[in-house]
Amino acid sequence: MFKKRILALFLAGALLAAVLSACGDKKTQGTPGSDETGSSGETVNGGELVVGISQDLGDSLDPYQMTAAGTREVLFNVYEGLVKPDKDGNFIPAVAESFVKSDDGLSYTFTLRANVKFHNGAVVTANDVVKSFETCAATTVDTALAAALSTVTKVEAVDDQNVRLTLSEPNGDLLSYVASVYITPAGYANNATAPVGTGPFKFVSRAVQENVILEKNTEYWGEGAYLDKLTYKIYEDTTALMNALGAGSVDMAAHLTIDQVNTLNTADYKTVEGTMNLVQALYLNHKVAPFDNEKVRQALCYAINVDEILALTAEGHGTKVGTSIYPAFGKYFDPSLVGSYPYDVEKAKKLLTEAGYPNGFEMTITVPNNYTPHVNTAEVIVEQLAKVGIKATLNQVEWGTWLSETYQGRKFQSTVIGFDAVSLTAGALLNRWVSTDDKNMINYNDAKYDELMKQAANAIDDQKRIDLYKQAAKRLTETAANVYIQDLADFVVMKKNLDGYVFYPLYVMDMAKVHYVK
Amino acid sequence: MNRQIIKSPLHHKKNYFLSLGKGITGAMVVFILLGMVWQPYSPTAMDAMAKSQAPSLLHLCGTDNMGRDILSRIMEGAGTTFFIAACVVLIGFTIGTLIGCLTGYFGGLADVILMRVCDSITAFPSILLALVLVMLCGRGKYQIILILGILFIPSFARVVRGEVARQRSQNYTAAARLMGAGHFRIIFKHILPNLLPVLLPTLSIGFNNAVLAEASMSYVGVGVQKPELSLGGMLSEAQTYLGNAPWYALFTGLTIVLLILGFSMLGEGLSREES
Repeated sequence: MFKKRILALFLAGALLAAVLSACGDKKTQGTPGSDETGSSGETVNGGELVVGISQDLGDSLDPYQMTAAGTREVLFNVYEGLVKPDKDGNFIPAVAESFVKSDDGLSYTFTLRANVKFHNGAVVTANDVVKSFETCAATTVDTALAAALSTVTKVEAVDDQNVRLTLSEPNGDLLSYVASVYITPAGYANNATAPVGTGPFKFVSRAVQENVILEKNTEYWGEGAYLDKLTYKIYEDTTALMNALGAGSVDMAAHLTIDQVNTLNTADYKTVEGTMNLVQALYLNHKVAPFDNEKVRQALCYAINVDEILALTAEGHGTKVGTSIYPAFGKYFDPSLVGSYPYDVEKAKKLLTEAGYPNGFEMTITVPNNYTPHVNTAEVIVEQLAKVGIKATLNQVEWGTWLSETYQGRKFQSTVIGFDAVSLTAGALLNRWVSTDDKNMINYNDAKYDELMKQAANAIDDQKRIDLYKQAAKRLTETAANVYIQDLADFVVMKKNLDGYVFYPLYVMDMAKVHYVK
Repeated sequence: MNRQIIKSPLHHKKNYFLSLGKGITGAMVVFILLGMVWQPYSPTAMDAMAKSQAPSLLHLCGTDNMGRDILSRIMEGAGTTFFIAACVVLIGFTIGTLIGCLTGYFGGLADVILMRVCDSITAFPSILLALVLVMLCGRGKYQIILILGILFIPSFARVVRGEVARQRSQNYTAAARLMGAGHFRIIFKHILPNLLPVLLPTLSIGFNNAVLAEASMSYVGVGVQKPELSLGGMLSEAQTYLGNAPWYALFTGLTIVLLILGFSMLGEGLSREES
């Protein structure tokens, strides 16, 4: 009996060694090659594509009811608003051909494109648009969108081709909200299971926990999709997805980390690198000592070496941010803020001494344990802080606990997390730090910041609004509101003969631009 | 007579289990003690220039995904795992022996109730029970010691109770009673020393189970929390980097295997020595 057990132990050990040595072969792959678009050949029209995704579209396919980012990402190809975002964060005409804004900013008149057809064959009319706005305002689950639409007092069809929105107060970000109001046929009630929109792909079918199938909209108003058929294959987790990629049964997958990409064979796949579109930082609770002291916060900024974090956790991939705006926000992003706090241990120590902590202090970093990149970053931060005498410890919690205790309850000292934007408005990233905002988890309270944000929200002139938001973002950096780290790298892998993937400043995958090459 | 003829050649045969077990365990203990006073590098010092390096003269077991020296990490982690296992066994052994002695000696209603409690604890898969207790007590090194310590009581209590009940009916116990010795004197002065042959193998197997239990709990993430190191936690970390740094999982797994193998053989050797 006992001999058997010992034998089993040896066998287990031998098996482990065998498995591991087999894995060792992959080491030679090294870092994946970056985007190889330069070598792309002739664009092919047509073809079928399988995209691997690691979550089902379980919430709802209804344009105003869907909540999960994974669902929005798929249906971005099916639905369209009057305008839609492009890869630079601008809004380009979609169902509407053009629009006119009144001088006081209280009225917008959209002219519809002639002969835009829904996937069911019907032509889009002004009535469909009005009904879509009404349904959206009444039923949307996006609270920011609902709030924005509540300032739209009237939506009316001027004639068959023109729709006018009347606002009670000017809203500089109105277009980004208009882009979120997807246009669907008036009176059509089955969007939750069989969505009908005007996008480059039309919905064919969905099998629960299995797949979602889209096909090319041949009557698309603009430059349509290249691919004929698109299958989103659902995997229960990223491990299963990675196995499918390894086996070659999936053509493309997004939102991978460098470690996952490293396990793939570079002979079959190429990698495109973008950003996750979020602001990862060490967020500090300003109501808890010693983080109520600006000098202490600045000392932390000097003590943390962001370059080293990127090098250690992601082989140098990732983009430094410097404030609560990530680079994909283009016109709102101020690159000069990135270097505001260069790594400087001596300066950090000096600031700590001035603040009354010559020997450092003890602090806790709360981090949700399901997000490996945040845990890894926090681990590096602990090491870096030790060099200036700050003794930090990690407190790893479940995602649910993080949401209830840390985020809603604000019971924390510091936390590493990433904040993203639900829409392409600076407000989506900056509003949360206004002292009265209920999402202000760090209890940031700065009168100058509040004032700048208030002015920005009421500014009608585009350039003036952008300037004000930039000043607000700069204020965050000056007061060392948080220790800003990076926008994480996002890797998309696809078969060698695919091309055309475009990154957006939002969490979407634009499949209309993806194509095969010869 | 017959029995002795069969037994005698075995008796002269060298007890390989015991000597090998002593050797491996001794080496592991020296390794862990060494780790407490000296490590080649700081187990948490990161080096971006030395990420996921294969074993070399500079880093005997290679480096992990953040350029930390794996040998130093294993030294540190094995120390934590060893400490936890030792504490768990100490708690389980002390309380278990006490309960086993008292219930085995006195019997009666208390015996029935306590043994049924032990039955119900062992009826659940121990890892499941441990996970439930973690929900109540929280995570961390000392919580794990407490939880596993409590869960290990029944296994010791059961063995001790059976043996005490057997010893109680022996003549020497009756003799001691006749000489007027008190119950507790009989239990702790007369019976307990005679339990040693049974206790030593139980102890070593208990230690093994404790090492495995800590490793599996830390592996699933409810045991020792980062950045504190333990072998199980390191193994789960190493799993992510199997493709890039297989030596991380290999050496960590090997340490667990050696730790367990040594104590298994020691236990088996001890029980053979007795028979």
